[in-house]
Amino acid sequence: MASAFVDFEAVALSYDGQDNAIEGIDLSIAEGEFVAFVGPSGCGKSTFMKLCTGLHAPTTGRVRVDGEPVNGPLKITGMAFQNANLLPWRTVLDNVLLPLEIVEPYRRQFRRRREEFAGWARALLNTVGLADYADKYPWQLSGGMQQRASICRALIHRPRLLMLDEPFGALDAFTREELWCVLRDLWQAQRFTVVLVTHDLREAAFLADTVYVMSARPGRVIEKREIALPRPRSIESTYEKTFIDLVHALRSRIGDVRES
Amino acid sequence: MKPPSKTLERLAPWIAVAALVMIWEATVRLFDVPSFIFPSALETLQALITYAGPIGRHSWQTFWTTLIGFGLGVAVGLVLGLIIGSSRFLYNACYPLLVGFNAIPKVAFVPILVVWFGIGSVPAILTAFLICFFPIVVNVATGLATLEPEMEDVLRVLGARRLDVLLKVGLPRSLPYFFASLKIAITLAFVGTVVSETVASNQGIGYLMMSAGSQMRMGLVFAGLIVISAMAMVMYECFSWLEKRMTGWAHRGR
Ligand SMILES: Nc1ncnc2c1ncn2[C@@H]1O[C@H](COP(=O)(O)OP(=O)(O)OP(=O)(O)O)[C@@H](O)[C@H]1O
Ligand SMILES: [Mg+2]
Repeated sequence: MASAFVDFEAVALSYDGQDNAIEGIDLSIAEGEFVAFVGPSGCGKSTFMKLCTGLHAPTTGRVRVDGEPVNGPLKITGMAFQNANLLPWRTVLDNVLLPLEIVEPYRRQFRRRREEFAGWARALLNTVGLADYADKYPWQLSGGMQQRASICRALIHRPRLLMLDEPFGALDAFTREELWCVLRDLWQAQRFTVVLVTHDLREAAFLADTVYVMSARPGRVIEKREIALPRPRSIESTYEKTFIDLVHALRSRIGDVRES
Repeated sequence: MKPPSKTLERLAPWIAVAALVMIWEATVRLFDVPSFIFPSALETLQALITYAGPIGRHSWQTFWTTLIGFGLGVAVGLVLGLIIGSSRFLYNACYPLLVGFNAIPKVAFVPILVVWFGIGSVPAILTAFLICFFPIVVNVATGLATLEPEMEDVLRVLGARRLDVLLKVGLPRSLPYFFASLKIAITLAFVGTVVSETVASNQGIGYLMMSAGSQMRMGLVFAGLIVISAMAMVMYECFSWLEKRMTGWAHRGR
């Protein structure tokens, strides 16, 4: 692939200097691609994210993003986790604005352009259905709403790479499906690159272009599966046979991993 | 049963105080306890009025030495807490030391302080400081050290420096801990001052009680006790109010 946006070459990482948490990672992600990582707990999915964002350097191998070797935190990324991690003393709007107070070049302009930035944040909150909650505090919101706000915070500085580590893991099934659609629409509109870590195979198959399956520790990529389902996908379509067969195939692959 | 009304709830502490005073008075009268052992409430009140002048003077002395000691404690506690709490290494390195230091009864420092600084206000201020800075350090450091690693990742990936994380997340997050510790620290500071005054001063409520006690004027001793606890209570309420004002978000709109 010529135009790899994220490019891993024989990457391994060992936290303790003895055995590898992940190893032999060779993959490339195109700009605007939506990839999902699934695998057993402790296989190194979060570790992969740390490598990708430059929060951790690989022990061996090379990580490149946008053609440049990664050394140090990558500001073109936004991150969201299973816990929304909103700051309780800030309103939802101020929480969403937080990255702009930190990342350059917005940081320098923050005071001057605050109104304009607040406009961006409100627009973003609007697209995830939180327009009326901008001035509320996080603890006045439900878990699903907090997660929406957390995704807005990850996107406010218009990152080219969005990293999501089990973002919907703590939500009930209905809220989760709602947020799949929110994420799908955001991605369809803005076409940033997404790396999604999840335990939910339906989630991976519904959202992603490519699903990577990882083995138990030391984590390796044991399967790369393109999801050829047409877009835009609807929640309805997840109850159709082609989709169910696909999830089933992924499921049996994970089952093999757990047995070996 | 009907829940007690709002007014009753507000009056309840005063009723409790009145009840205690009544039991006190009744017990002393019933068993005919001599007043040089345990004065009645009435005798204590009389002493409070008769000696209002000296009590006022000595209380003022205790009050300002306590506040200076407390102020020092807050400043040092805050700085030390920030330093220790913002580095895992320092946190692990210094924590046992602090705990060990805290285990020393602070009275044990008074003779040393007297040798260094002589009798008077300085040992009182320093004892108040020594006794009250510990809870502040621990609370501020804990507030900082328990930062969620994921929140840190979110900011660090954006190029946040240590100071950014400290100012945007660490400090505001540790504020509730800080204000909670102020309430504890101010009462401890009073303990420190009074303890020091009883052995190493010729001013202050502690000194007043000590000398009144040696003359068997127990009414005055008890009057001193009441003044100390009143001062400590008022200051506690002040900081409790301040805590609610400053960190309302931590109480989730309750
Ligand atoms: N900071 C660290 N120091 C040492 N070891 C670590 C560290 N972080 C992770 N590990 C180890 O690396 C391995 C991979 O961890 P990682 O968090 O990437 O797993 P994961 O796939 O995200 O798991 P989960 O699905 O449970 O979140 C685990 O065995 C873990 O114990
Ligand atoms: Mg993980």
